[in-house]
Amino acid sequence: MLTNKRLILAHFWLAFSVFGLAILLGAWQMLIRSPLHAWISNPEWYYRSLTAHGTVMGYVFPTLVAMGFGYAISETSLNQPLIGRRWAWAGFWLVLIGAVTAMVPVSLGLASVLYTFYPPMIGNPFYYIGVVLVVVGSWIWVALMSINLAAWKRANPDKPVPLAMFANVAGSYLWAWTAVGAALELLLQIIPAAIGLTSTIDAGLSRVFFSWTLHAIVYFWLIPAYIAYYTIVPRAIGGKVYSDAMARIAFILFLVVSMPIGMHHTFADPQVGAGFKFIHSAFTALVAIPTLLTVFTICASVEIAGRLRGGKGPFGWIAALPWDNPIMLAVTFSFIMLGFGGAGGLINMSYQLDATIHNTQWITGHFHLIFGGAIVIMYFAIAYDLWPHLTGRQLTNLRLMRTQLWLWFIGMIVTTFPWHWVGILGMPRRMAYYDYTNAALEPTALSVSISVVGAFILVISAILFFVVLLEGQRAPRENAGPYRFSMAVHPPVTLPAVLNGHALWVTLMVGLTITNYGFPVYELVTRSGMSVPAIYVGGER
Amino acid sequence: MSVRGNSIFRDRWAIRCIALTAVLFVAIAFIGLVLLPLLQPNVKAAGLWDAICSAAGIARKPTNTTPVAPDFKISSVVVTPEMLDTADAQSIGRGATLAHQCAICHGPAGFSRADSPNLSGQYASAIYKQLKDFQSGARSNAIMTPFAAKLTDQDMIDVASYYAYLPRLPEDRTRQVIVAPQIVSNGAPLRNIPPCGSCHGSIDHKVGSPWLQGQPAAYIKAQLQAFARGQRNNDISQQMRNIARQMTPQEIDEAARYYSSLSQSAQLTGR
Repeated sequence: MLTNKRLILAHFWLAFSVFGLAILLGAWQMLIRSPLHAWISNPEWYYRSLTAHGTVMGYVFPTLVAMGFGYAISETSLNQPLIGRRWAWAGFWLVLIGAVTAMVPVSLGLASVLYTFYPPMIGNPFYYIGVVLVVVGSWIWVALMSINLAAWKRANPDKPVPLAMFANVAGSYLWAWTAVGAALELLLQIIPAAIGLTSTIDAGLSRVFFSWTLHAIVYFWLIPAYIAYYTIVPRAIGGKVYSDAMARIAFILFLVVSMPIGMHHTFADPQVGAGFKFIHSAFTALVAIPTLLTVFTICASVEIAGRLRGGKGPFGWIAALPWDNPIMLAVTFSFIMLGFGGAGGLINMSYQLDATIHNTQWITGHFHLIFGGAIVIMYFAIAYDLWPHLTGRQLTNLRLMRTQLWLWFIGMIVTTFPWHWVGILGMPRRMAYYDYTNAALEPTALSVSISVVGAFILVISAILFFVVLLEGQRAPRENAGPYRFSMAVHPPVTLPAVLNGHALWVTLMVGLTITNYGFPVYELVTRSGMSVPAIYVGGER
Repeated sequence: MSVRGNSIFRDRWAIRCIALTAVLFVAIAFIGLVLLPLLQPNVKAAGLWDAICSAAGIARKPTNTTPVAPDFKISSVVVTPEMLDTADAQSIGRGATLAHQCAICHGPAGFSRADSPNLSGQYASAIYKQLKDFQSGARSNAIMTPFAAKLTDQDMIDVASYYAYLPRLPEDRTRQVIVAPQIVSNGAPLRNIPPCGSCHGSIDHKVGSPWLQGQPAAYIKAQLQAFARGQRNNDISQQMRNIARQMTPQEIDEAARYYSSLSQSAQLTGR
């Protein structure tokens, strides 16, 4: 029962609009730092664009998708109108106002500090205040998801919470808690320096706070994609979820183990002890469990669909799958990219192997493959699946949708595989200018140029995505019927309480955060002489 | 379908999950904080407790041995973003009087043809730091050292504030602009040289870095060479010594010529 279609559409349209702008910046960045373009002679323009691209793609776009999809899940899976509609709009406007507030100083070149902030560099305070507003807006969504679930539980005391809502609320709690790290960094350290209350900053402590946010934020981006794997894909291709319990276990494991692992981003940082780096590395390895559970469950669910469609033998079911269905294509591409990205991630999370690719282009290649590839392609699938129910108009151009998804997949592979490769060759990241005539960088020139081609394939795919949606807005009205989620093969007869609520898992999440972050943060806060003068960027030139 | 159990914390599954997590954490922490530090041959721990403290990231106390002192005086000035960023009129006025003694080399209005640095519109913090360093001996110069020796701290603040208050000469738009050489606009990342402009203006300005536009070529070149040879070493974090050492003589020439061609000296020499 979708009653707040305008609210949900507003979130998706804003999300995809900012995505459309940011992808152009991304492609421009790829081009001007490649051998295909003469150097623009001003690194500040590059960093300005990079800050805008990262801020939009990292904070604004996925947050809005999670919010919009979350409201849709709440209404459809619980079959109750959204409680707190006005608050939801307030949250939307806060995100919008925050995004504009952050982007104005970035556009003016007053906050070219990159989206991960990198203290002791300090930019214009409005950049950080804008980011805080985006987060505050999204926290309204977190509260609303919790309130809506609680109301439904009161009305349905003995019923299991629908899987989609269970996962959605898990994702919202994960976001609420993981955003606290960056919020502490912004409110206690960066904003006071940006508005002139302080002039020094403990950059090491800032990096630890940011790592609290930086890794679990990826799982927050990932949760909508995982919800789509479990609750959209099997239904869309005519199958069933192999195991409802397995799905719930995967989501609660993400909630627990994606939080206390962020310090694998600080392997090269001297202010963090090697023992805690090991602890975070070991917990990062545990993320493989929910990932592999999901890969197994979804492959099994897809096999069920293949066999229901008449596929036989060990591989015959694969040929029987509905390959003309865009959702089938999207999940396949997403899994391939998740596989490669995950394999690369094993290197990043290992304390020793990380040293070989630390601060190289490998890292940027990795997170573009995981986020831009495996996750964003599922955002497209979510939009394609949900759109007819939101607009009341059919999306009929399946061919164009398939072309778009193929191009996104090809574009992402062509962009990120050479990107990883040049990282192995030692090409550093976060640099605006590369002298490809130098013997040390010359071997990377061809690979970097191939990446640029991939980037422009991605831009074409993004344009096709908008064409599909805009065509959909103009299609004749047609009732798409009620929105449904996948059914499990064996809906559980009874469900343990722990798989129907989040309290235990939130407790474990907070508990592990305290055990894994408590001492390092305490040690850094109480250690004296750690602050360095803030470096203000964007001042007089 | 139904849900088993009421309070999840009394649920046997919940207790098992909490216990499992606790065991997992204790085991991983034991390996990371105790076992691995002890097993690593290159970690020289005095004992178990020392190994744990080290792995936990507790900063070690500095040893009692005296650090090796450099054979030159190091700068003691800490430049902060807000240093001398507001000057009162009285200070500027006093500075104007004191600056009479500077005029013979630096010009009555803060710029001259004597190949000494042009000071009009220079950052106060940059001038103050150099005066302090001349006084302490962190930087030495046959002419400047005796001048700085007799200045009080307030004198230096006043002189710095006065020159910072003077306007920079406007750009001469009738002149053909020299295209910034690679070293100024791009640096040489593979030799760890950032673009000159990313600290000294045009791309960005960093605290403590002087404004170079219009400075005499001979002066810039002499300073870069002095940094490269280690004859000048009052750059706090060795950044200029590291950069200048990596620059080729041709790059030093290009940078010096480029900066001197901009605005100030261009007007002065009437080119």
